[in-house]
Amino acid sequence: MSADPDMNAILGFMPPFAETMGITVDHLRNGLPVMAFDYGPHVMGRPGFLHGGAMSGLMEIAAIAALRVTVAAEEPAVRIKPVNITISFMRGGREARTYALGEVTRIGRRVANVEAKAWQDDPAKPIATIFMNFLLSSPKQA
Amino acid sequence: MTDSAKSAAGFDPSAFEGILGKLGHGGHLGMRYRAHGTGWVEMELPYSERLVGDAESGIIASGPIISLMDNATSLSVWTAIGEFRPQVTLDLRVDYMRPATPAKAVIGRGECYKVTRSMAFVRGIAHDGDPDDPVAHVAGTFIRVDNFLG
Repeated sequence: MSADPDMNAILGFMPPFAETMGITVDHLRNGLPVMAFDYGPHVMGRPGFLHGGAMSGLMEIAAIAALRVTVAAEEPAVRIKPVNITISFMRGGREARTYALGEVTRIGRRVANVEAKAWQDDPAKPIATIFMNFLLSSPKQA
Repeated sequence: MTDSAKSAAGFDPSAFEGILGKLGHGGHLGMRYRAHGTGWVEMELPYSERLVGDAESGIIASGPIISLMDNATSLSVWTAIGEFRPQVTLDLRVDYMRPATPAKAVIGRGECYKVTRSMAFVRGIAHDGDPDDPVAHVAGTFIRVDNFLG
């Protein structure tokens, strides 16, 4: 575990599914985690390419982590529930390490809008992006 | 031969799954073929602690449901046209109606409702036993490609 408290908090969010996918926190950018996995059979779709679902899972975890980090700074007790996700696939993911970073567009009283993108060699050339909506609730409302 | 008979005979997703499914991402998640007909395919994702998204509740993550529905809808295109046609996912939207019940398998039913020269339009549901009480709804599009294997 990292000595960085932010990093420890993020690692605490990582679910068993992240481990199954080989997803780790690669580094922090502006306090938000860049998630990554290496290419392997576990993320392969058609031969030689990433599976769209694997890319989506990586981006979704990056989006959730970005939201949790952002929410934790303001209201740590808030619960978040994903309502939906829209995924756009732009390029085939090749046999290379893949990164994803989430960005919170807006946190309202009840809804958070979060985006994430995935890339391989060049962050300016995303292979896929997602938009997610989350429902926010305080523990006593839930 | 009717379109329906051609489709049923022309593409068998269970054989396809046997060849590719065990090797890649779907196989890693434990996904398997369940049933199909013309224009639809059902895949199944058995419950596993490896897929859990929230350790406290034991509810599986939403990521595996995206993968399940991507595969089921993708295969449904080929049962609709009765043959394999190289394609990639252009987009996919998933609405999460409720969490999947821990310990239950999630069944993904993908349907292809329209195919054009370049596109295939799909929709589907994921449920954990009762199709009338879905876990998720999906809608998406696939685009035909020439360079399927790069």
